[in-house]
Amino acid sequence: MDLTSLTVHELSGLLQKREVSSVEAAQAYLNRIASLNARLGAYITVTADEAIEAAKEADKRLLSGASSPLTGVPVSVKDIFCTAGVKTTCASKILERFIPVYDAAVVARLKDAGAVILGKNNMDEFAMGSSTENSAFFPARNPWDLQRVPGGSSGGSASAVAADLSAASVGTDTGGSIRQPASCCGVVGLKPTYGRVSRYGMIAFASSLDQAGPITKDVTDAAIMLKAIAGFDPLDSTSVDLSVPDFPCLLSGGVKGLRLGIPKEYFIEGMDSQVSASVNDALDCLKKEGALIVPITLPHTEYAVSVYYLLATAEASSNLARFDGVKYGLRVGAANLIDMYKKSRAAGFGAEVKRRIMLGTYALSAGYYDAYYKKASEVRALIKRDFDEAFKVCDVIATPTCPTPAFKLGEKTQDPLTMYLSDIFTISCNLAGIPGISMPCGFTKGKLPIGLQLLGRPFDEATILRAAYTFERTAGIGKEKPAL
Amino acid sequence: MQYEAVIGLEVHAQLLTGSKLFCACSTRFGAEPNTQVCPVCLGMPGTLPVLNAKAVDYAIMTALAVDCVVNPISVFARKNYFYPDLPKGYQISQYNEPLSSRGRLDITTESGQKTIGITRIHMEEDAGKLIHGEGADENYSFVDLNRAGVPLIEIVSEPDMRVADEAVAYLKALRDILVYLGVCDGNMEEGSFRCDANVSIRPIGQAALGTKAELKNINSFKFVKDAITYEIQRQIDVVEEGGKVIQETRLFDSTRGVTVSMRSKEEAHDYRYFPEPDLAPLVVNEADVERLRENLPELPEAKRSRFGDAYGIPAYDAGVLTSTRALADYYEELVRLTDEPKLSSNWIMGEVLRLLNGNGLTITGSPVKPSAIAELLAMIKDGRLSNNMAKEVFEEMFKTGKTAEDVVKSKGVAQISDEGAITGIIEAVIKANPENLERYRGGKDKLFGFFVGEVMKAAKGQANPATVNKLLKEKLNG
Amino acid sequence: MPITTKDVMRVADLARLDVNEADAVLYASQLQKILGHVEKLSEVDTLGADDKTAKTAGTRPLREDKAVKGLSQDDALKNAPERSDGCIKVPQIIE
Repeated sequence: MDLTSLTVHELSGLLQKREVSSVEAAQAYLNRIASLNARLGAYITVTADEAIEAAKEADKRLLSGASSPLTGVPVSVKDIFCTAGVKTTCASKILERFIPVYDAAVVARLKDAGAVILGKNNMDEFAMGSSTENSAFFPARNPWDLQRVPGGSSGGSASAVAADLSAASVGTDTGGSIRQPASCCGVVGLKPTYGRVSRYGMIAFASSLDQAGPITKDVTDAAIMLKAIAGFDPLDSTSVDLSVPDFPCLLSGGVKGLRLGIPKEYFIEGMDSQVSASVNDALDCLKKEGALIVPITLPHTEYAVSVYYLLATAEASSNLARFDGVKYGLRVGAANLIDMYKKSRAAGFGAEVKRRIMLGTYALSAGYYDAYYKKASEVRALIKRDFDEAFKVCDVIATPTCPTPAFKLGEKTQDPLTMYLSDIFTISCNLAGIPGISMPCGFTKGKLPIGLQLLGRPFDEATILRAAYTFERTAGIGKEKPAL
Repeated sequence: MQYEAVIGLEVHAQLLTGSKLFCACSTRFGAEPNTQVCPVCLGMPGTLPVLNAKAVDYAIMTALAVDCVVNPISVFARKNYFYPDLPKGYQISQYNEPLSSRGRLDITTESGQKTIGITRIHMEEDAGKLIHGEGADENYSFVDLNRAGVPLIEIVSEPDMRVADEAVAYLKALRDILVYLGVCDGNMEEGSFRCDANVSIRPIGQAALGTKAELKNINSFKFVKDAITYEIQRQIDVVEEGGKVIQETRLFDSTRGVTVSMRSKEEAHDYRYFPEPDLAPLVVNEADVERLRENLPELPEAKRSRFGDAYGIPAYDAGVLTSTRALADYYEELVRLTDEPKLSSNWIMGEVLRLLNGNGLTITGSPVKPSAIAELLAMIKDGRLSNNMAKEVFEEMFKTGKTAEDVVKSKGVAQISDEGAITGIIEAVIKANPENLERYRGGKDKLFGFFVGEVMKAAKGQANPATVNKLLKEKLNG
Repeated sequence: MPITTKDVMRVADLARLDVNEADAVLYASQLQKILGHVEKLSEVDTLGADDKTAKTAGTRPLREDKAVKGLSQDDALKNAPERSDGCIKVPQIIE
């Protein structure tokens, strides 16, 4: 049996029954990483020794009976989460040698649950991108077609999970960075409600939008992972003090009477016909299961990308000011301080990061604040209001995750704006702070995965997980593996 | 042409919390460099601020003490600029929506009373310390982040002051209030109470404000006065010579007593403020404000007038005794124990403060507690000690920490008031001086003084003078 | 409003990024294009749109004022590119 092909809950079952050991599972994954990572670029750092040590501890814990559904399960995390004693680069040259002295809250919770961390996944530098081509080290690739991108920015996580290089991963999503790569790679990606998961120790891109969430092989795994990482953290003032539902236990129950809102603004011209066909099939399937289809409108959708690129870059320009060559990270020598700053930052940041810092700095600078940052904040409030209105008439909103399947490497790197527009369906969810999940709903003729996105009310991840689980069960998809 | 100056002050006061504004590191002054730091105040990637509840209380207390409106919602904002002592590349402060606004403070100068408006009070974090290298290190600077993240309030006045004395009076009054509230130690040298002054001039009668200079690095009341006085004259000279005052930041050079332009590119400052996304807007509910208002201690001004009214002591005494909260508490305790407001005031303002000052102590460090002084004053009252003897006893109490009773016993200093004992001494003196007794009785009244002297000598100065007089008269007159 | 290379240089200065003339020309055209796209926000009527109340809903309790020992000096400075006598060493400041 190939242990790496199992889901978290399947592997966990075997571990609990002591049919396999955590060390065996970890070793199987490490072997597969060793043979495939060079082609996929899914990991920046593999922590083989630490993983084996953690697996030994997990095996003891499994014997003692004091275990959780993640105990002994080999997982990975995006290289945006700080890991004590393990290099954390954010896929940037400026942090190439940075070794944190603390674990991110998400990492600490995974460790507490007994998960075995295999390593740190590749990503777009500072989570800025939709293709993982902006990694300062090497791009990650799509396991379904190595000439194509895995999406981004959590492309390494999605690629690793799709290619069985980890049982599950935790990524981050600022404008779609979990859901879009999950869609591109044919896996499940869940962005929780803003405030559901602590951001402590997660390197900030846009603080008011960033949220960590799982990328998994199926919906059940997403529920297990979310339960493990969610919850109030006194170190994050924006995390919310609400009890965490037992997500895995809330998956069944079906969708009878569930009102599925279909926003007209998301079924647009220029969308790939195979994508719309596949998503429509998924909706039909849910309808057959008893869901009610409700047409809705989200009138400010067309402004979401603009709002996002102003707010996210403004926050980023400030969040990335700490990378100045003083306390940590790359320093390029210079005779005076200002030159040191300018040279270090110019050498340490890649082109896309610099472009966004420039845009954000411009949007906040004297004379432009009202027209850009302030205006964007106000429109953001209207986008949020659109969702509040919509959720009065529906329970879940269903859309495609992306307008097109995964594109080819290099296809969009020349034109930043085209790249930005590939996030068009995922961005509003972050602006509104609501939860969203992407799950596979079919393939193109060329065997590229297509993703269905379900959006829910704030802190109602349970309902979108239940709808996703119902669809996964009935349609029977998500079982196919890429040939590698 | 006659000019008047327009002065506004920005005060930064460090709040006396145990931990920093956004993390749990200690705020203690003087530790080894970079030993009171954590990932948050070092600005490590991924770290987040969490607001200190006590700092909020202290800021609200200050706002209430100067009649500010406490805003129900205030917003933290990032002030973005690069400097090595600013680990995150931005300072978390408040900008458009501060904690409180529109207050006032009454000051008294030689020219009378005046009300100075307070524009706003907001909270912010302090930066770290930058030490410039010397000798072989002169091309380098060194960063210590112990102070980074220490809580500050910034108190911004209206440009209501016209002369340097008013600025000094405002600062003193403000500092007294902060110290009274127990929210700031008011130490200017260690930088826990810092002041920047905005100074401009205009022809008398003109309503429009002139161009202002911002004065920095004025870390004592004397320097505030010197710097502002110098700057006003400098600006007048510039204008009189046909020049124009330019908007700039000037540093006060205390050794030369002048202000010097920092020559920085002012237009380069563009702080790009925006709301801090890592912190929700601060909500202050009315119940919290009322709780703090009720627990607000009596402020210096109110205490001063109460001391005058309740204890009947002169305004000057009331001023001295209320100069610190501890001294006022000391005085009130002594009055409570003795029921002697004036005597208590005399003693504290005389002996107590003299010895404290002489030994470089403050009232909190006094080795003699009010209860011990009360015991001493009781001995004067019941005649066991003369005033002068009591002063001697007090010095000994101050030196050794002993009680008045112990000092009196061990040194044998006690006034002899016992008539029998004094009669005995008088009789012995009379017996030893029969000729003088004859001459006194023969009409030489002046010899009374001689007998008093002899008796006191024999009693080692400890006899109660009134009793000696009375008994001696009886005996001499036979 | 066209974005000039001078605008780009001013922003680069604020952001402490070394940008050469050729980069500045490229940035100017890219920023121009993105900001052109963003222009359409001006057509939205945002009167009364303020989400401050939404952000304060469910405001968290503040932190109790309790000092806790942080990092050792060594851990604090572990990632510093240059250090000396317990301090972080940086090149001199010339404004």
